[in-house]
Amino acid sequence: MGKDDGTLTGTRHRWLFGGRGCSNQCVKPEPSEEPGPDRDARPDPERPGEPDPERPGEPDPERPEERGAPIGRRVLLGTLGLGALGVLAASPLQRALESFLAGASEKDPTGLTGLLPNGGGFRYYSVASSVPHKTAADYRLTVDGLVDRPRSYTLADLRALPQTRLVHDVQCVTGWRVPGTPFEGVRLSHLLDAAGVRSSAGAIRFKCFDGTYTESLTLKQARRSDVLVALRMQDKPLGHDHGGPVRLYVAPMYFYKSAKWLSGITVTEDVRPGYWEERGYDVDAWVGRSNGRDDEPTS
Amino acid sequence: MHRTTAALMGTCVVTAAFLYIPEFAALVGRRELVVRIHEWAGLLLPVPVLAGLASRAFRADLGFLNRFGPHDRVWLRAALRRDKRRRSRPAGKFNAGQKVYAAWIAGATLVMLGTGLLMWFTHLTPLIWRTSATFVHDWLALTIGIVLAGHIGMALGDPEARRGLRTGSVSRLWADREHPLWRP
Repeated sequence: MGKDDGTLTGTRHRWLFGGRGCSNQCVKPEPSEEPGPDRDARPDPERPGEPDPERPGEPDPERPEERGAPIGRRVLLGTLGLGALGVLAASPLQRALESFLAGASEKDPTGLTGLLPNGGGFRYYSVASSVPHKTAADYRLTVDGLVDRPRSYTLADLRALPQTRLVHDVQCVTGWRVPGTPFEGVRLSHLLDAAGVRSSAGAIRFKCFDGTYTESLTLKQARRSDVLVALRMQDKPLGHDHGGPVRLYVAPMYFYKSAKWLSGITVTEDVRPGYWEERGYDVDAWVGRSNGRDDEPTS
Repeated sequence: MHRTTAALMGTCVVTAAFLYIPEFAALVGRRELVVRIHEWAGLLLPVPVLAGLASRAFRADLGFLNRFGPHDRVWLRAALRRDKRRRSRPAGKFNAGQKVYAAWIAGATLVMLGTGLLMWFTHLTPLIWRTSATFVHDWLALTIGIVLAGHIGMALGDPEARRGLRTGSVSRLWADREHPLWRP
């Protein structure tokens, strides 16, 4: 090395790369009009591959780039190690952060903490490209299938029925949890009783006016007192982004069971898996006892 | 190569925003499609660098990025003291900040890929791993977003460096000033 052997392969050779392309792997300095401060000490750019007669041997004190500790590799491996450690220690870390952020968000006027992971906010999930907006004028909820008295409810009809208010945590299967969220609406069991469920029935199928999403419950699950056809959330009318004007609320289950934009309740014989359940989620989605998760039960 | 990596990283960041920030998610919906794009962009992200390993010049640059000399210690100290004088910021082809960034972003990308795969193929691992992977993926994503903004911000503040990225060469004056130890 240090001699010009004409192969142009070592990094010790000057003007090795052609200066093409878009990565700075190929970046080379080009001669400037004005000479630099120590231009004379520099290799002559006009003579590529020419060894510098003043620095023939190794180690070359003017070539600090080629020596030194492989710290880059250590940083990379350290980052990997921290990532793996983070996965292993996620549960306690997450709990600590959640309690810290819950405290911080109470004092945070900007609401930015809600955007942080585990910041205690809702996230918007929709499987449809766009969801029509329904108002009191055009919203309808149908109850049909294996019932004696199928019927259709307007928003006003639903509001006129006895309302139940429940306050539980909301737990998403992807990990986020929103503490103490009030939901208010009509018990599903009330609508089922009003329709007169036939003895052959065993399950309920839910349809949504986003045109895509579906959900299901067994009849036994649907009759629980903590399953609502919700009209209000967080003590406000249910907004469109949260599935308004009417959504399902299944308090003891992961939140994908609480179908947004509810438009149809069909009583069936057997459970038909819903949208996410056809894509791998559990049909019986009890919080803490399904989907391989051990979250604290919500209800 | 930088352009391909940047495009893939950009795709990951933008789709992540659509998946993660409620206001943006409400704009696009189509959750399944956005998830697919995000997954594939993430999967392809290391490919340009792996392909680059075929190039001797690229491997030489990786060698430069890996090795930290005494001058890098000087550079990092000066950076910590916010000392911006040229003389206290000696650098070769890559300064110490660029070296640290390169190593960290490479490691972080691999962690994102690993945790992303855990979230994607839940049936391959105990399902409880999904929660842990989501936790790391979320927080690291936030960190990468901030660091990436710094990376882009510094590039925006240095037109000559961007010219080097685009055309493959920089002026000797600039190289002497910013990377005085660089001996191409």
